[in-house]
Formats: sequence, C-alpha cells, structure tokens
Amino acid sequence: MADLDVFRKITLALEDGTVLGGHSAGVPGTVSGEFVFNTAMSGYEEVLTDPSYAGQIVVMTAPMIGNTGITREDAESGKVHLSGFVAREIKSFPSNHRAKTSLPDYFREEGVVAASGIDTRLLTLRIRERGSLRGILTTEDRSSEELVEAARAIPSISETDYVRKVSSSMARTVHPSGPAAFRAVLVDYGAKESIVRNLLDLGIEVTVVPSETKARQILEDRPDGVILSNGPGDPAVLDDIVSEIRGLVGRLPLFGICLGHQLLARAVGARTYKLPFGHHGVNHPVLDRLTGKVLITSQNHNYAVDAETLPSGATKTFESLYDRSLEGLWFRETRIYSVQFHPEAAPGPHDARSVFGSFLNMMSGKNP
Amino acid sequence: MPRREDLHHILIVGSGPIVIGQAGEFDYSGTQALKVLKEEGYRVSLVNSNPATIMTDPDLSDSIYMVPLTVEKVAEVLRRERPDAILPTMGGQTALNLAVALSKEGILEAMGIELLGSSIETIEMAEDRGKFKEAMARIGLSVPKSFIVKSLAEAQEALASLSFPVLIRPSFTLGGTGQSVVYNRDEFSRAVLFGIEQSPIGEILVEESLLGWKEFELEVVRDAKDNAIIVCSIENVDPMGVHTGDSITVAPAMTLTDREYQTLRDAAIAILREVGVETGGSNVQFAVNPADGRFVVIEMNPRVSRSSALASKATGFPIARVATRVAIGYTLDEIDNEITGNTPASFEPSLDYVVVKIPRFHFEKFPQSDRVLGPQMQSVGEAMGIGHNFREALLKALRSLENGTDHLMPELLPDDPEEIGRILKISSDRRIHQIGEALRRGIPEETVAIWTGYDRWFLREIGEIIELERKVSAFMGEPLALFPDDLLRRIKENGFSDRCLSRLLGVKEQEFREMRLRRGVEARFRTVDTCAGEFAARTPYLYGTYQGAPEWRKEKKGKESVLILGSGPNRIGQGVEFDYCCVHGVMALRELGYEAVMMNCNPETVSTDFNVSNRLFFEPLTLEDVLAVVDREQPRGVVVQFGGQTPLKLMKSLHDAGVPILGTSCEMTDLAENRERFRGLIDRLGLLQPRSGLVSDLDDGMEEIRRIGFPVLVRPSYVLGGEAMEILYDEKDWNEYKKRIATIDFRFPLLIDSFFSDATEVDVDAIGDGREIAIGGILEHIEQAGIHSGDSACFIPPKTLSMQVQNEIVRQTKILGEALEVTGLMNIQFAVQNETVYLLEVNPRASRTVPFTSKAIGFSLPKAAMRLMMGESLSSLGLSGRKIPVLPYTSVKEAVFPFRRFKGVDTLLSPEMKSTGEVMGISRDFGGAFRDAQIASGMDLPVSGTVFVSVSDRDKEEAVRVSRDLVALGFDLVATAGTAGRLEKEGIRTLKVNKVKEGRPHIVDLIKDGQVQLVINTVSGKQAQKDSLSIRQETLLRNIPYYTTIEGAKALVIALQTKGTPDSLRSLQELHRSILLPEKA
Repeated sequence: MADLDVFRKITLALEDGTVLGGHSAGVPGTVSGEFVFNTAMSGYEEVLTDPSYAGQIVVMTAPMIGNTGITREDAESGKVHLSGFVAREIKSFPSNHRAKTSLPDYFREEGVVAASGIDTRLLTLRIRERGSLRGILTTEDRSSEELVEAARAIPSISETDYVRKVSSSMARTVHPSGPAAFRAVLVDYGAKESIVRNLLDLGIEVTVVPSETKARQILEDRPDGVILSNGPGDPAVLDDIVSEIRGLVGRLPLFGICLGHQLLARAVGARTYKLPFGHHGVNHPVLDRLTGKVLITSQNHNYAVDAETLPSGATKTFESLYDRSLEGLWFRETRIYSVQFHPEAAPGPHDARSVFGSFLNMMSGKNP
Repeated sequence: MPRREDLHHILIVGSGPIVIGQAGEFDYSGTQALKVLKEEGYRVSLVNSNPATIMTDPDLSDSIYMVPLTVEKVAEVLRRERPDAILPTMGGQTALNLAVALSKEGILEAMGIELLGSSIETIEMAEDRGKFKEAMARIGLSVPKSFIVKSLAEAQEALASLSFPVLIRPSFTLGGTGQSVVYNRDEFSRAVLFGIEQSPIGEILVEESLLGWKEFELEVVRDAKDNAIIVCSIENVDPMGVHTGDSITVAPAMTLTDREYQTLRDAAIAILREVGVETGGSNVQFAVNPADGRFVVIEMNPRVSRSSALASKATGFPIARVATRVAIGYTLDEIDNEITGNTPASFEPSLDYVVVKIPRFHFEKFPQSDRVLGPQMQSVGEAMGIGHNFREALLKALRSLENGTDHLMPELLPDDPEEIGRILKISSDRRIHQIGEALRRGIPEETVAIWTGYDRWFLREIGEIIELERKVSAFMGEPLALFPDDLLRRIKENGFSDRCLSRLLGVKEQEFREMRLRRGVEARFRTVDTCAGEFAARTPYLYGTYQGAPEWRKEKKGKESVLILGSGPNRIGQGVEFDYCCVHGVMALRELGYEAVMMNCNPETVSTDFNVSNRLFFEPLTLEDVLAVVDREQPRGVVVQFGGQTPLKLMKSLHDAGVPILGTSCEMTDLAENRERFRGLIDRLGLLQPRSGLVSDLDDGMEEIRRIGFPVLVRPSYVLGGEAMEILYDEKDWNEYKKRIATIDFRFPLLIDSFFSDATEVDVDAIGDGREIAIGGILEHIEQAGIHSGDSACFIPPKTLSMQVQNEIVRQTKILGEALEVTGLMNIQFAVQNETVYLLEVNPRASRTVPFTSKAIGFSLPKAAMRLMMGESLSSLGLSGRKIPVLPYTSVKEAVFPFRRFKGVDTLLSPEMKSTGEVMGISRDFGGAFRDAQIASGMDLPVSGTVFVSVSDRDKEEAVRVSRDLVALGFDLVATAGTAGRLEKEGIRTLKVNKVKEGRPHIVDLIKDGQVQLVINTVSGKQAQKDSLSIRQETLLRNIPYYTTIEGAKALVIALQTKGTPDSLRSLQELHRSILLPEKA
C-alpha cells in the first residue's frame, strides 16, 4: 500500500542548519520559501488553496493529514499557491462522502512538492525559537551542506512581489441569490473565495478586481464600499498599492482583511513589522475591545501593524490575547474598518463572521 | 469579570460511590474544583459518601460530610453549614439530580442558596428529553425522531410511526441505565417497562435508531460573557449504537473536514446558549450520517463528564478547574492556561499527537452476561494511549488494558466468512481484535466496514498494522541480527510492543529488547502542551513515542526523583483506592522535597492530573514502557506498592533489570506471595493458617481436596480481585469449576484452602519501617469469611472481637511485618473462629481498605508509608510503639455492586469480588453508621411493610432473632415453608408463601405485585442458589433492598432500631478532632 511503502526520499533543509528527511507525497522537485507552521487540526484543503501562503512552505502540526481527501468544494482558490507542504503523516486513503480525490493524487495533479514522515514537532519548536526560517524542500539527492547553503541563499520573502503573482488578472462580478442591497469592490491581493461567499450571503454584489486596479478606476464604478483582501508577503514592499489605497481613504467605506488591514494601516501612515514566527492557526483568541468578548479566530499572517505608530483618530478594536498584537482598527471619520484575522474562517471557527456585518453597517451609513 | 465577592461559602456535591458510568473522573473533577475554590479563598464544604477519593481528604476542604447523597441528608448538611451556593456540576449525574431534587423541594430557595454552574431550568432542559427536543427545534437543529411516553400503551402508539430497530431511553438516568436497542415487538414491551421502571420520573423516550451513524462529541466551556470554546473533539471509532463510554474513541476527530467540524462547533455553542449553560463545561454529542454528512444532536450534559476528564487528559486543558473558575465569575480570558503559563484559557487546544481511549470491560466477573455492547454502559474503566499516529495510540491503549492484550490479539474465528460476518455484526468487547483477525484472514476492509459500521479510515489504519505484522512475521525463525533496521524503526513508530514483536518473531522479549537497544531504537518523550508547540510549556506532561527527535531530557542538576507506578484502568478489584495511595505518595514526596514522578495510563484519575506530580508520564504500565521511563528519568527508586497488582506484577522483572525498588524488598514480597515459602515462615513464627494445598494440574485437584476436606475455597494464583475464586462443597462443584476455569486466562498453581464457616473475617492495615510495625486499624467484617473482602461490609473499630483477640491480632501483625521487614504499607486478613486467630493472607502493599482506614482514623497511611520508604522511621514520625487511637465513633464501609447493568446476573456474594465501589457511613453508634452506609450504597431502607425471609438451614437460628426484631419494629413477615415453619414454632406470626417451583401464586408474584419491601434470602448449595435466582433478580429489578447473608440482616436490624438524632451530624474534620490520642506505650 502507498501509505506503508517508502516513497521517494525527500529532504528539507533550513537556513539554521536543520536538515530532516522524510518521503515525498507529491511530485519530485525542489522548492524553496519561508517555513511557517500551522496549528489547525482540520482544513488542509483550504490552507493549500489559500493564496496568502504564496512563497511559503507550510508545516502542519496536526499528526495525520489527508484523512478526508480533497473535496474541491472547500477550495479557497482555483489552485495551490504555497511553495511546499510538510506533514508528519500524509494519508492516501480518503474517507469522506464529499472526497473527490486523495491528497497525494491532488498533489500530483497540482504539481505540489510535499513531504510526509517529517518530525514536524521538532520543526515547529525550531521555528518558534528562531523565527520563520528560509528553507528548501527537495527530492534530489544532494548533500546536507549543499542544501543548507542553498537555503541561506534563498531571497527574503520581502524581495518578491507575491501579490502580483496570485492576484487575478481580470475583473469579475458575482451576484447574490436575491436582489443586491449593496455593491462592493473586492481588491484581490490573493483573496480567499470564502470572503466572496460571506459577502454574497449578506446580499452584497461583489466585483473582484486585480491588485493593480487604480483608485480612480474603482471610484468611477461608484461602489458602496471597498474590501481590501488578504494576500501573501510583506506589506512594506507594496508601496504602489498603498498609494492607490490612499486615494480611496475617506471617499467610501473601506474594509481590510489581513494583508488588506496592514495595507490600510500603512496608507494612513502606520508602520508594519514582522512577527517572530507569525500567527497561523484556527485557535487564536482575539479580544473585542469594544464589547470585552473573546473571539476564537482563524489567522494567517507573519506581519502586524505597529499600534504605537497609528495616527490620531484610530480606534483599536481587536487585540490578540496571545501576544497582545493589534488585530483590528476603526477610523470613524474616514470609515475604515479592518481586521488582522480572517472573519471568513475557512478553515476555522465562525466566531468572527459578524465583522462582515460591521462592513455592511458602514455601507448603510452607520457605525460598524 | 473578576471573581464574585458576594459569595463566601460554597458547597460541592460529590458523585458518591464508583459505579459503572460514574467513576474516578468525578474525583478528578471534584478535586480540581475544591482546589480552585480554596485557592480563591472561599470557605468550601463537601458532601460525598465515597471514602476512596482524594476529594474527601480533610485538608482539601473546610468541612466534609461523609453522608448518603440523599435530599434528606444533604438538606441536613445545608441547614448546618448554610453555604451561599452549591456547585453541582462536578459530581456527575448524581450531583445534578440531587440539586434538582433539593430545588424542587424548595430547600434551596428557603435557605437562599444559589446554584452555580447550571440553573435548574438548564438542567431540566438538558435532561428532560421532551424539553430538549423542543429547544433543539427552536434553534433549527434536528434530533432523532422520537416520542416521550409514560406507559406501554403510549409506547405502542409511538411505534406506529417508527420502524425497528428503535432505541428506548429512560429520562434522568446516568450511563445509559435502562437504555436498549430493540428489534421486535416482544423485546419492545419488555424494554419499555424496564425503562419506565428505571427512570426516576417514570418516563422514557422511544427513539429512531441511528445504528451505524458516526458519533462525535464536543467538549465546550462557556463563560458569563458568552465566550465559548471547544476544548476537544472526540470521534467514536465504534459507530452509533454502542454507548460512548463503551466505545473506542479518538481525539481529535479524524474523519471530519473543516467545514463539517465547524458546523458541529457552531451547533454545540448554539446548544449551550439555548439550553442556558452560562458558566461551565458541557458535553454535546452528535451523530453524523456517513453517506451524506447530515447530522443530528444526540444529547448534551450540562456538567463536566467522563468525556471532559478524557478531553482534559487528551489536551492538557483542565476543564474542571476552568469550569469552576468560570462558575465563580471569571471569564475565560482572565484565566491562565496553566500549561504555558502566559497564554489565556480562552483558546482552543491544538493537538500534534493522537489519543485513543479504549474501555476496560470485566465480563469475566459476570459469566452469565452476554458481552453484547449496546446503549447501556457496561465497561468498568478505560485506558488512554497517546501516540504520534492513530496506530501507535491504539496499540498503546490496547496494551494498557491489563487484560492480557499487548496488540490486536489473535482471535478464534470460524473459517466461513459468512459466520465471521455474523460475529462482527455484533458489537462486543472483543470486536477490535476480531476486526484485526478478519483483516489478517484477508477479508477486505470494505466488507468489514459494512459488517461493523467502522469508518473505512479506521479500518485502513488497522489494515496497516496487519500489513506490518506480516512483514515482521516473515523474519520468524531468522536470526535477530538479520532483522532490518528500517523495519525495526517503522514497527516501533507504529506502536508495536516488544512483547508482541517477540511473539511474532518467536524470540524472548528480553532478547528483542536488547537487540533494539543495541541498534539505538529507543522511546523518546514529548510534551502534551495544549498548543502543538506554538508556545513553550512549563508543565512536564509527557508521553513516549518512537518517531522524531527527543524533546524532553531530564535536567542534570535537578532534584532527586522518585517514580510511582499507578494502577492502570479501573476494573473490579482494582479501583480508585490505589490511585488514592499513589496521589498520597506523590504528596508526601513533594513535602519531602523530592521530584515526584507519576506514571499511569488511566484518564479517570487524580494521579494523571498534570498538576499533581512534578512530572507525569502518560504511558502504559508494561515492563517495556516502565523501563523506557526509568532509563530516561533515572529515579532514585520506583514505588510499586501503591498501584495494586499492576505495578506489583512488574516488581520482579524491574528488580532483575537492576531498577531500585523502594519499600519492602522484592525478596520479602515474594516470600509473602509464594505459598510454600510463606507456610515455612508461618510455621517458624508459630501462627495458624487454614489447611491448604497447591495444584499444578487440574487432574490432581480432587486428590488434594480430599486431603484438605470439603468445603474448600479454590482460586488460581496471581489473579486480581479473586477472579475465578469459588467455594466448593462437593465433587460435583469441583467438576463444574474445572470446566469453567478452562475458559479463562489464569495461571497455575491452583490454590486450595479449607473454607471456614462461622468465622469472622478481619482486615488489618499497617505500616512498617523495615524493623517495626505500627497498626493503622483493625477492620471487622460483617459478612463471614468466604465472601470476598472487597465485597464485604466492614467497620472500624471492631465490635465483637474481644480485647484478647484484638491484642493477638496486633501481636501477629507485628511479628509478621517484622519478619517480612515491611517498609511501607501492609494489609493482613485474619479469620477469627471461637477466639482463635487464623492468618488468611498477608500483602506487603497497599490494600483496597487503605483510604477507608485512613479516613476513619484521621491519618494518611500512604503518606506515612511513603516517608518510611524514603528512609524515615516510625520513631522519627512519632509513631513508634503507638497504641491504636480510641475512636469515639464507628465507620462502616459498604460495597456497591453493578448487578443492574448485567442482564441475568446473580446478586449472591461469593469469594469472587464483584463490587465496583464503596461508601462510608460514620456515626457515634454502629447502627447509625451502618444505616448511612446502606442508604449511601443505594438501598432504600423501608420503615414499614413486609419482609420476605427465606434462609438456609444453618441460618435458621439467627433468622429467628432477626425476625422477632423485625416484627417488633412493626414489619410483617412472609416466608417459604421451611423458614415459616420454624418461625411459627417460635411464635412469630408469618405468612407462608410458595417457592417458585411450588406453584403460583409464589414469592416472585408477590414481589412483582409490590407486596414485599425487604428481602432476606440466604442460600447454601448450588441447587438452592439456582432455585432462588428469580427472587433475587426480581428484587434487583425493582430496587427492593435485599440481604443475602444473615450477618447483613442482623446489622440491618440494628440500623433500623437506631433512631437518628438530627444534631448528631459532624464533619469529618470535627470527628477527627474528637479522636483521643493514646499515650505511648
């Protein structure tokens, strides 16, 4: 059986000198990127198809991955965006009534380099202690020294414009099942499909536009609001996008999610910084500072907004109960509302879905 | 929100005795709750009747009342203590039901006492099937189609819109009591009537059966700000139809997509909101149709449960502690995650390992039971395995069960696949092994999936184990040196035990282990940290695995450590009593400044709370696993005398492997256990023992018995809880015994003792320092020798033993203990016949009575024992030459039995232990203490009505006195001819009734008709036992108090004669303060 017999060997090497062996569960090849760990116990299909992971090699901490196969219905985009995938044990037998294919077959279909049989806990502890690490994943037979050397030569994630790579190239408009109460533009920096689904559920007509879309073009369309989506990479290197966002500020309600939140903060003059190893998981507690309630949220980011650098008029709406980092912003005057976490979940709990309602309120001229 | 300042005094309700469906997990939750409330500075009171619990330790609360958990008694406690609030969510269904009853009677309202954690409305909405159904409809969730009925007629009406099989579920019962799946009209009527009888409100649910659907449980905690978290998801490997307590379960859920899981999560939280659990933990159960993912809500428990104990151990998230904090006003974000220390409890644990729980059954004890698993829980305990993958966790849990399994064992299955199918379609305690065997035979996984309803994913995992087995077996007979390295690593990573592997390869386990160690394939230890490594854990809660790099290493400069081996899964004969001893050992070690290291595999215990010891290894208690821990831990010594038979069995092998054993030496323990060597010692000391012999071949049995003389007591050596122990009266009995024992797993030699009738049995608990012995207490048994001491009621101090006999018992205990150089605990059983003391058994280790004795005398024997093992002496503890303290009160221990769980089982007591738990009654006089113990054990003692008396010939004399007293108390008597004749002759008015075989109307008709309120029925001889079986079964079914020994009946009469005085209620602490400490000799 496929699960039992050792597949092709695969080796993983990190810039700190860590070298681990496992077996390939995907296609042969060599990929590189920033290693991050994700602690979600379910939802690997959503993780694989989340464009925010572009440029990263994702290490799942859950012990067994692939149990439910691939449904295709749960995908967050049309393809796999992450650079590589690492797990303790990847199962080739799927058991779920919705499963269309097995995870290893999907890897082969999508051309994903994936490693199984890796000591993911060791890897997680290294990343926790040393921060996100650059590394390489390869099925080639190369010496450890060579691989570590190669890992050290990988350009930083900030040097690549991943947004451009994952953003859609053409605009599209989707309509809710009933009459649309509002029309909104979703700027796609690597948007997850669930954001669209949540907006449609609220009766919002959504036009998804490419990341390079100019503020002027968006305003010409006279939407009721604009959503700045999640996406991959370092917000500090996206100055072009930030300046376009500046052109939207104050003109209509703006709603940012994850990267979109970071970009909005930069647009109003705040700084962003890199977290030691980021937040990647579905169990992150966030305090709603306005109600005092705790939301369990889905998170996936390596950068955060420096709360110290916020301009006046900013209300800090949410904060992480793990590291007290800023998780949400509201500017009453300029009608900006943004969150660092993922209200659309997928994977993850639905606690924060009401945030979409806040956007709806702003479009209705009310406070979020 | 911070802690509530308006409360000052909180009372916790315990769960009473250990019964099936309600076991040590509530000691775990109750103990956590007590500790939290004390930490928070509240005055805390406790009511519980179970002495074998940590929660009833006098230093955990301000006042403990060891009283029956009845409305009347608890109301008395409330009137005396006047707490501001009651926390009823920690003591299982018992505590919840009691809270409802106290509220319904207006007692809580009258005294202005608030309920914490759950309101009455909430409890009722969750427990009342009708209200729950309506609540689910309000939030748009489906429940199985069902009808609430209160009579057979209504039930039959309901049946019209359902199709068989259907499920019968009584309202307000625990552990699925009275639940059954029925397949036809005949079974239906019986199940309906039984269910109505079992429900305290006479109501049942007739429900559509979801046989074969997948079953999931979510553990939810919610606070006053409406923050809710899911601590853990648990998937049942056994599909719907088997009670979750009897199912193999796995955490986290393995076969749900995120979308499906989030749907269940949303539903679980919505249910808590609708039912109104505002501050506390709950368990919500779902059934999912594997064909289309449709789900229905099965039930929810608005309290901590067995599953929450499991979830706590599986994740490291202490649900009971957090639920208690939430109940007193904190919100989740204000509570620390104690494992990481710097993140809040308002998060959801993430697991990077797999946990499998397997129930422990004890059907061997109840040979008449059919071993078929269903909606009514029958397991007596459970073991949990933690591994890097499902296979490792499953195999670790299997070898933790302490029932001879170390793997998926070979099973006897027929050759015909169709017959195999018939067997596999029925869920039984052997099913997991049968599945393994079927796959071994080459039956396709999809076929097995259809037969068993197991998800294909699990069968694929089991299939992988079987495939690996084949790879290993290919090397059978080859030199071990040729066994490939990569295969060795792979099988160990898949959880195979050395014992199983050595069997597959036909080598000795030790040879295999040596080969493995030579190749550097060793277990490494990893942390259960609640967060999959995202944050550093400061609490060393560890499990062993073979994959990956070692994570935990002992600090070189750390304190000296001591390893205590726990007692494994609860089963009959080995329950929480031993966990109590382990925990006290840990406490003593910590007081002494050692690092106390605990090793155990039972999630239902206090000892496996990561807060209790300095380090916890959650591992199977097999030689392989213990040696692996010892190797990494390098403790100063290992304690094997606290955990009962489980660690004791390992003592010799550990000693041989060079592991230092603390306490009484291996040599001396062997001397006490080895019959022949022990007899030599007894002779040398000039002590008396009943005549006895050994048999190593069943064919030699009769000859040896003739030498000793009937009646004899027979049992195999090294069997726990007196399993397969019987009294034989004649040769026919012996022949039947031979047949029966051939079917069970036992070890020769067979021990044969002359059986003493009319003797009083006595237990002594003592401690020694290797030179000297101090007596803890002398316990007099109520039932005569011949009934297992664990099943017998006993009391302290003794009542009928003369001072001379007591002194002789003390003398014998001391010379024996000194001769065995007992260091730590010891227990001796004596029989006293006509003022002569006979020695029955010596055990240089913890006994089942240690917690009871410790509570009765106000002194922790195991703590002192631990100190003695670490080198302190009795004189340094101030115990040298101490006389037994004078107790101004009597403590009675009564056993609690699981008979109602097993259809067709006889309730007669025998030398084979059958009880699952115990209760304690304390009062100034024996009568009051015995009465409380009886009521606490579940007997509903009548104050008037009719008593049925039917006794064996040798009890007739005593029966006359008992009957006379009963008449004087105002009872009417009915009796069968023999007994009636005798009573009439003595001038006692008795109504004669037919025996069952004498024609109708007979005694069973009378009982069925509700005309009998109390039964005294003693029998001798197998025939008489058979004849009277239907009487005992009917009595059991109707919950009529029954006594099967004349001694029990005598004690009952004393209890009925004793009138309680309301002002006599005292807390355990007050009672302990009243003990007169004797002068030193």
